[in-house]
Amino acid sequence: MNDREPLTFLMTQAAEYQEQANLVAHGSEPDKNDWRKYFGFSTDHKVIGIQYLVTTFIFYLMGGVLATLVRTELATPASDFVSREVYNSLFTVHATVMIFLWIVPAGTGGFGNYLIPLMIGARDMAFPRLNAIAFWIIPPAGILLMSSFFVGAPGSGWTSYPPLSLMNGKAGELIWILSVLLLGTSSILAAVNFIVTIFKMRIPGMGLNQMPLFCWAMLATSFLALVATPVLAGAMILLSFDLIVGTNFFNPTGGGDPIVYQHMFWFYSHPAVYIMILPVFGMISEIVSVHSRKPIFGYKAIAYSSVAICGLGLIVWAHHMFTSGTPPWLRMFFMITSMIIAVPTGIKVFSWLATIWGGKLRLESPLLFAMGFISLFVIGGISGVMVASVPWDIHVHDTYFIVAHLHYVLFGGSVFGLYAAFYHWFPKMTGRMLNETWGKIHFALSYVGFNLAFMPMHKLGIEGMNRRIAEYDPKFAALNLLCTIGAYLLAVSTLPFLVNVCWSWVYGEKASDNPWRGLTLEWMTTSPPPVENFDADPVLATGPYDYGMGSRATEVNVAFSDASDPVLSAGPSSTLRAKPDPAVAASPSDRVGESHNR
Amino acid sequence: MNIPSQITTLLAGIALTLVSFWYGQNHDLLPISASVESIRVDSLFNLMMTIGTGIFLLVMGILVYSAFKFRREPGDESDGPPVHGNIPLEILWTAIPAIMVLGISIYSFDIYNENGGADPMDHSMAHGKAHQQMASMPGSAMAGTLVAQADPNQQKAEVVNSDPTTAAIREDLPQKKDAPTLGVVSPKIGGAEPGAPEFVVNVAGMQYAWLFTYPGTDVVTGELHVPINQKVLVNITANDVIHAFWVPQFRLKQDAIPGRQTEVRFTPNRLGEYPLVCAELCGAYHGAMNTKVVVESAEDVQKWLQSQQVASAEGLSKAVATTPANMTETEYLAPYAKEVGISADTLKQLHSEHHSMS
Repeated sequence: MNDREPLTFLMTQAAEYQEQANLVAHGSEPDKNDWRKYFGFSTDHKVIGIQYLVTTFIFYLMGGVLATLVRTELATPASDFVSREVYNSLFTVHATVMIFLWIVPAGTGGFGNYLIPLMIGARDMAFPRLNAIAFWIIPPAGILLMSSFFVGAPGSGWTSYPPLSLMNGKAGELIWILSVLLLGTSSILAAVNFIVTIFKMRIPGMGLNQMPLFCWAMLATSFLALVATPVLAGAMILLSFDLIVGTNFFNPTGGGDPIVYQHMFWFYSHPAVYIMILPVFGMISEIVSVHSRKPIFGYKAIAYSSVAICGLGLIVWAHHMFTSGTPPWLRMFFMITSMIIAVPTGIKVFSWLATIWGGKLRLESPLLFAMGFISLFVIGGISGVMVASVPWDIHVHDTYFIVAHLHYVLFGGSVFGLYAAFYHWFPKMTGRMLNETWGKIHFALSYVGFNLAFMPMHKLGIEGMNRRIAEYDPKFAALNLLCTIGAYLLAVSTLPFLVNVCWSWVYGEKASDNPWRGLTLEWMTTSPPPVENFDADPVLATGPYDYGMGSRATEVNVAFSDASDPVLSAGPSSTLRAKPDPAVAASPSDRVGESHNR
Repeated sequence: MNIPSQITTLLAGIALTLVSFWYGQNHDLLPISASVESIRVDSLFNLMMTIGTGIFLLVMGILVYSAFKFRREPGDESDGPPVHGNIPLEILWTAIPAIMVLGISIYSFDIYNENGGADPMDHSMAHGKAHQQMASMPGSAMAGTLVAQADPNQQKAEVVNSDPTTAAIREDLPQKKDAPTLGVVSPKIGGAEPGAPEFVVNVAGMQYAWLFTYPGTDVVTGELHVPINQKVLVNITANDVIHAFWVPQFRLKQDAIPGRQTEVRFTPNRLGEYPLVCAELCGAYHGAMNTKVVVESAEDVQKWLQSQQVASAEGLSKAVATTPANMTETEYLAPYAKEVGISADTLKQLHSEHHSMS
């Protein structure tokens, strides 16, 4: 294995090999374009995925309107736009909608459902009817939540801490509890489906270490949803009993303890944030690899870091309670675990950067949003490590510093990632290309608007502005006005995207089956795929990230690399690579070894 | 794959480090530091800011540099180099962040400790060290030595409520039993200077005000006045919903929880007036639940307390042994006047002023 072949011969398109091998499996005819199927009880995972995406995007727009109303109130120090009670409901419903009706279902139900069967070569999910049921819970639960505005929407924050949440506005609070219970149920049902599908329905030859990183991410996400959501359900049920039956689980007047609610609530709600970001991490791995035309750097490291985040994510919840009635030893424990969870996240970020470095970047909307995601998520991650530190969190807890942090990771992170995914997979889902110019405009407006809206909030919080207030000290007025302007810019930035999607879906340039020359199996069939995805079982002739091909002898120009040693190698012989199954591999050097045929 | 020359990388690294160090100390984000504890929190923040700036510049730098340097040539449809990963590099960028977060954790733990957050052997309340206000609290020393280690929350509640003015304004909620052990009540933050507190204030948060009572006096007021350079203890609870006691200039926050006793301890070291902000959503007027902390000299605090006692004595209806019906106002107020160290003359003066003003 001493001959180190020069790179130039081998920088061929791996996509050619993959497509060749999958000619048999390639769907012969795309699915009929019948809009009516999207309004019914379809069991086709692709239809359900699109139903999720459209429904959640509509709720995103509603949540966005609520946010704009919140920022309008905050443009001036006085409470002069809406009443204080209404203001409290605005931010309460805003957060509830964004979390339970936008990011969680869009990432898991939307993209998860659409992509998982395609990526693993299956015809559909393991439980198609359960899938449809999980989707159809969403619209009624969402409508129920929004209808609370007619009876007095809940106003205790999306965290709904008792005793406050047990006081005024009981009807609204009950509606809130019911919709959260329903949405949590939908999440659990979807999680069961994903776990079974990913474990049981991969094509022969696709071991866990060959499947795309999005599948790893969805596995980790689904475990979190399965373990944590039932605890939220428990908290909600107990809260509802306190509210309507007169029990005293959390009510101190009857001997109850409000802190127990906080523990139960955050036991779910912290994993919830990982549920919101892990699918996006998975999608970003796919996107940066395809659009840099380079293998994802450190596949196995990224895969296992998702598992680590899943495990660690279950033992950090009390960092939301550093100023509640928690003992010092508890604060220290959760500080340490919260700090540690930054490490697997950092591994991912550095891996993405290493993927981009030295690649051949297609600087179009998917990659622009992906790179925007990385920069904004890192800022959120930095402020996250800061608030993991107990003494600092004692100062900034419940201030605008936290609002800044959460929006950098959830908006700058999850939403930018979701946008990247929309741009990347829209051609596959609809058979049409999105307009690239408007995509770039969308990116620019979003990036500028977002930073303008949320960067100043770090300073606001540190200086002394608490959160969830309609009126504030006039010394904060200038920065708040800046934030409001940014928020309006963000609101405007959604328009190019909306118009682009609506117009392109019908009139966009027709997309080929593999417009980005990707390697994962969803690109090995028509755009959009036929009902049963493939005509025969597809094969993974090259690994899902084998851009540049190369053989086990290929050396690459990376520090420490030695092609002959898999541990030190940075090329195709690296142990970190997702190698194709020897039985079907395109490259001769990959055909050595045991096949993972099940 | 291109790796930039060693020299430029080195220079970039040095520049990044220098900028991070500079910004970490000169970010100008923090408000004034007004207590012994807050300065420590600030140095922690400066360190985290330094590291954060470095990481941010690194990531942004790589992204921006890559966007220009590695842009696809138009017409080039070929793949990039097959770089799949590199275990030494993975180890490096796992170990370095791990060391950094562990370092920050240890430093944070240190600061938390120095600020008194993790003091398991705290028995200062129990031992009832002799000092002015503690001695004037009837029964406090007794209550302290009735060591009820098993239920610190209850014990603390008893001690705090032994001051009748405090008991009057606090809602009589059942106190959470079996609060955390280690001798620490629903825990305290701040003030590790060894020894008992020198100035004790009790506060109850309620929708939408903070009511402070100063044990040993019958002052009930919405403002917190504390003596500079003395160890202050604030006993906190809430009467209805969860509130949070936050003074940004002290970098201290502690939730006020109905049914629990919490506290903050600090040593203010800068004269001035600072905002006290409720930092837990407590209802529609949460944004208006603000008051101020005044740090002044110990004599000024006493003067202010006295002026408040006159004011509240006029307002409070007190049960007295004799029927007030037959007394003139001066006679009625005389016993109380003695207590607050005001002579009958002063009283007459104040009284007439009061009438001429109304």
